[in-house]
Amino acid sequence: MMTEGMFTNYFLPGIWITIQVTLYSAALGVVVAFAIGTLRTSRLWIVRFLAGCYFEIFRGMSALVLMFWLVFSLPLLLEWRLVPMFAGVLALGLTYGAYGSEVVRGALAAVPEGQREAGIALSFTRWQRLRRIEIPQAWPDMVPPFNNLLIELLKGTALVSVITVADMAYAGNLVRLGSNESAPIYTLLLVLYFVLAFTLTRGMRVIERRANANVGKPQPRGGLLARLSLRESAGEGSGALTTGGAAK
Amino acid sequence: MPSPAENPENVLKNDGSATAGDTDATAPAASSAPSESSSRAAGKELVRFDNVTKRFGDVTVLDQLDFCVDTGKHVTLIGPSGSGKTTILRLLMTLLTPEEGTITVDGQYLTHEERNGKLVKPSDKHVREVRKKIGMVFQHFNLFPNMRVLRNVMEAPVHVLGLSKDEAEQRAKELIELVGLSEHLDKYPSQLSGGQQQRVAIARALAMRPQVLLLDEVTSALDPELVAGVLDVLRDIALSTDITMLVVTHEMSFARDISDSVLMFDKGKIVESGSPDKIFSEPEHDRTKEFLATVL
Repeated sequence: MMTEGMFTNYFLPGIWITIQVTLYSAALGVVVAFAIGTLRTSRLWIVRFLAGCYFEIFRGMSALVLMFWLVFSLPLLLEWRLVPMFAGVLALGLTYGAYGSEVVRGALAAVPEGQREAGIALSFTRWQRLRRIEIPQAWPDMVPPFNNLLIELLKGTALVSVITVADMAYAGNLVRLGSNESAPIYTLLLVLYFVLAFTLTRGMRVIERRANANVGKPQPRGGLLARLSLRESAGEGSGALTTGGAAK
Repeated sequence: MPSPAENPENVLKNDGSATAGDTDATAPAASSAPSESSSRAAGKELVRFDNVTKRFGDVTVLDQLDFCVDTGKHVTLIGPSGSGKTTILRLLMTLLTPEEGTITVDGQYLTHEERNGKLVKPSDKHVREVRKKIGMVFQHFNLFPNMRVLRNVMEAPVHVLGLSKDEAEQRAKELIELVGLSEHLDKYPSQLSGGQQQRVAIARALAMRPQVLLLDEVTSALDPELVAGVLDVLRDIALSTDITMLVVTHEMSFARDISDSVLMFDKGKIVESGSPDKIFSEPEHDRTKEFLATVL
């Protein structure tokens, strides 16, 4: 039987590690997403090309294999060993950043042409237009697909357990080996991931509402279903994704 | 009025005096109306097109166009759609680049840069400097939806001209008052009517103290009952300041009220030009008569 001691000694630290890995990789991912996403709108073909290469390469690589590579192959090449947690964060951040760059690029492409023209007419530099006009307007469209990615990322953090980072999944496996109680342990793990994901979604809904209010379109809070975001956020998320993809 | 290409030496000489004028133009002035500066003495040529050709694929929109606008003049461009009027404004705003020819503003090349005596592709910095002399109001307003009215008007003066926040705010408030929207300072563009948005856009363009104001069919996207308010504001600005204006409009009575001269375009060429009285009352060219018959 799983005891309370198992939970506090293994699962609780594991939950904390999972949260840390999620937040660190998300932070790295956002930086990568904005950097690559905006570079892919550059006027210079070479910049677009290199940023496109990054996107294609990291989107096409398995995050798990990348983690193995960072932990087991890189030390052979560099004689320098990454802390496993750092390797995990790096692999996840670089990979999800590549996905995120597509969200950024798509949302920027959906900003009306007239906004760019107005920015030029007022002699803003390209960077000022991005920072003051285009990114703030594209941001509300980025939040729902970013939410999807964030949840994907949270679940993806389970990969770090195979490079010996003691996250939630690692703790679950450890406890299962000790207790042989597969059913309750994996059920608990599923519930824990769901609770974390749902918490993230709630947080992202607040960010989304604030983002919309900042471009002058306040959102009504809506009814109970909307509040629980059981329908609304899923629908909006996929909608924004298709817009992002369709806008070339 | 078509004019022959000028010798580059003269253009260069203008360049020197224009730089002096530029400092004046960017210096803060107390009144909300665009300030007077040495480079804006009446009669001096401010905008000049030399032999400008613009093509979109196989279609030639402007065909070796020559014309110039003197400081302080209000010039209206009329003509059927597709005749190249809007293209002229967009070339001046550097939203388009010409295939051939040069455009100069206040004696400085807009489309090129002079380097070691040769005309070369201009750097971004050079274009931005020359472009600061030009302001534009768009058909669809293009206000920044992520900024409230006051910030829409302040943003460029602060971040492009480098004015202090206080100064930019004071200037912005004066201009917003000029267009009659003082009670809407804290609203987002989405909370305003089209006419109000267009008036904010006019204030936003004027806040940069441009020497030339380009108006691109500024009332075409408005509900009919909102047109008068916007035209009143523009009439006011045209008659009470010495700002140079290039206007593309289908509002012929407005054109008649404010214009010093009217250029009739067809197929990328000027077919007729003259005072509004002449063009509207006794046009000479058949194409002009035909066009006016359809719009008046």
